[in-house]
Amino acid sequence: MSTEITQQAHAATIQTDVHGHHEGDHGHHHEESFISKYVFSQDHKMIAKQFLITGMIWGIIGGLFSVLFRLQLGYPDMSFPFLEDMFGKWAAGGRISNEFYYSLVTMHGTILVFFVLTAGLSGTFANFLIPLQVGARDMASPFLNMLSYWFFFLASCIMFASLFLQTGPASGGWTIYPPLSALGQASEGSKLGMDFWLISMAMFIVSSLLGGLNYITTILNMRTKGMSMTRMPLTIWAIFFTAVLGVLSFPVLLSGAILLLFDRNLGTSFYLSEIVVKGEILPNEGGSAILFQHLFWFLGHPEVYIILMPALGMVSEILSVNSRKPIFGYLAMVGSLFAIAILAFLVWAHHMFVTGLNPFLGAFFVLLTLLIAVPSAIKVFNWLTTIWRGNLRFTPAMLFAIGFVSLFISGGLTGIFLGNSTLDIHLHDTYFVVAHFHIVMGVASMFGMFAGVYHWYPKMYGRYMNNTLAYIHFWVSLAGAYLIFWPMHYFGLAGMPRRYTDWSNWQSFNMFTDANRVISTVAMVVFAVQLLFIFNFFYSIWKGRKVTTQNPWGANTLEWTAPIRPGHGNWPGEIPEVHRWAYDYGKDGREFVSQVEPVSDSESKH
Amino acid sequence: MAKTLDVQRERIHPYKFTMWVAIGSIIMMFAGLTSAYIVKRSQAGWVMIDIPPVFWFSTVVILASSATIQMAVRASRQRDMPHYRQWMVVTAILGTLFILLQVKGFMDLRAEDIRLVGAGSNASHSFLLAIAGLHGLHVLGGVTALLIIAWRVVRSRTRTYSSVPAEVVSTYWHFVDVLWIYLILFFNWMR
Repeated sequence: MSTEITQQAHAATIQTDVHGHHEGDHGHHHEESFISKYVFSQDHKMIAKQFLITGMIWGIIGGLFSVLFRLQLGYPDMSFPFLEDMFGKWAAGGRISNEFYYSLVTMHGTILVFFVLTAGLSGTFANFLIPLQVGARDMASPFLNMLSYWFFFLASCIMFASLFLQTGPASGGWTIYPPLSALGQASEGSKLGMDFWLISMAMFIVSSLLGGLNYITTILNMRTKGMSMTRMPLTIWAIFFTAVLGVLSFPVLLSGAILLLFDRNLGTSFYLSEIVVKGEILPNEGGSAILFQHLFWFLGHPEVYIILMPALGMVSEILSVNSRKPIFGYLAMVGSLFAIAILAFLVWAHHMFVTGLNPFLGAFFVLLTLLIAVPSAIKVFNWLTTIWRGNLRFTPAMLFAIGFVSLFISGGLTGIFLGNSTLDIHLHDTYFVVAHFHIVMGVASMFGMFAGVYHWYPKMYGRYMNNTLAYIHFWVSLAGAYLIFWPMHYFGLAGMPRRYTDWSNWQSFNMFTDANRVISTVAMVVFAVQLLFIFNFFYSIWKGRKVTTQNPWGANTLEWTAPIRPGHGNWPGEIPEVHRWAYDYGKDGREFVSQVEPVSDSESKH
Repeated sequence: MAKTLDVQRERIHPYKFTMWVAIGSIIMMFAGLTSAYIVKRSQAGWVMIDIPPVFWFSTVVILASSATIQMAVRASRQRDMPHYRQWMVVTAILGTLFILLQVKGFMDLRAEDIRLVGAGSNASHSFLLAIAGLHGLHVLGGVTALLIIAWRVVRSRTRTYSSVPAEVVSTYWHFVDVLWIYLILFFNWMR
């Protein structure tokens, strides 16, 4: 007992230490002002909601952009006067101009990849789940955590402001390859919009580094008593590897972006050499544009796993809870996450097979890329064996998790095509690539995020979301995802290139006119259904069915031992102690055994 | 049972751990820059860089500052607050001197008519400016942190004798020191 008191005292010193800049201790009962509770909050749960709602706003903007350019792609011969009313010279005559099209595509990519699926997804669930699932009162540094959100907010403001520049936002693609992005005279979007983009991304990188530092430290240092690493839920493992990837790869993007800023504004020649723009011969000599691609993709490839891995973790958890079965192959799941994290750093050049990369070097990147199929297949196998003969409960979260597995398989298979450098010569820069990464990284991660929102909504707001709307949301989204992206594989195999505003004069691709029209129509329907989700989300915050039990899903993890609406500090009194792993479902005739329940004499130890 | 408790007590303070992870992140940033430098160096049109001799003086200064911050940590552990504050301020002054010497180094290069940026500049000296400049910004961040901590020792209404801030900032300070030594050796060997 006395040792326990020492330990409590120790925990208390760390707490006061960590929160030292507060006036006194942060008590669990003192009244908080509106500002400190909802705006400059240091409570990880509130910060998670801030990330989620900001991400949702960005999701609407980024999704709307795709609807706009799909209008152009699906109906190239029609004019939409309302576009001119809204966007003026960008859509003169009711048709989207070429510059505007590139801006829309660039911003769609940037917003969805970074602002929605990085900040909105891992920002939300890392913040919300880490302290609750490892048993901590808050993050290691709640202050840095708050800064992390506000740097994201600042990045958002700058990026949003760039949409209203006279010369428009960045338009060189989300990968901002120089020399196009480095030379203002080369395109409208490479003028001020590009500087805004770079500064916004610098802020974003700071945000995700501050967040990542906190996530790693909290997971490694602030776990409750008994929560050994191998008793952690898979969500936490996935978020841990995500944070490690982010902390190691984002700084490299920052290096690349800083050199690009030098080239743009100080006349250096890191990436520029022997260029003629509109008859003007530039003085830059000796630069290498490929150098940027190496620096970019050294982040860019881990980035796609930063997006995907939190979804992998949440889906594992949700499938197990709603199948009422232990996760199949827990250690294999952890091992495959680890393998994916390592391989993420060793495959970046597969984005560069057609840049003149040495084919001998390319062969190694092919091999390493194809190796990713192994851990991915292990994960798929384990998910399928987890739900195999389970007592499935088709909650909306469960449906989205199963939908995720389906999309992960479909999108992953085409990755094997693209990973081969020989096939990639044909498929590079075609719609096949668009279909591949949208399914496996975009829609799949989106599904993981929806699964997470539906599953943890009762913990976030103490209410349920409406199930009927959720089912409509799921089925339309799933059918829509396949209807939109499946045909694109055929476009790509036929050689149809990406990044074209209009193919109507291109005889070979006229056969896809109808298919394009279908895709555009479905895209609009799917977008409308996402608005339904947003409505459901906000409506349910105030009007949703109330949660009446602490543990509505009958889950084992720690967050369900906290009160229905936990205060800052998460648990009144002591933090629960953990005695077993998170996946004792259907054990010894019991439906579930919470992590806090001591191991009885009749059980073997976990 | 007793074992887990021991582990608990020996655990590194979260702030110190966070600093180590942050250092890993900064290492990746400079690894990215120096490997870009190596790639660029192997291509045509590379001009061998001149390292301004002043940089060797700044190296001595930053090495000395590592010693002074160690004195600060020792004073902090002994709860000798006046000396603690004094050594922090000395370290901050040395850090500022380091930055000024770096700026002097680049001005010397300009005086020798070596263009760092703009038309006629070669990527080699631009790299020197970008990499050493970013390192300088990291030192500047350290100086700011030192001054804030030293200020807190004076200002704080409650007396706290925690040596954690001193230890965290000294870890960072030694790191930027070692990083600079790596960089100057790197530039020297990889001209």
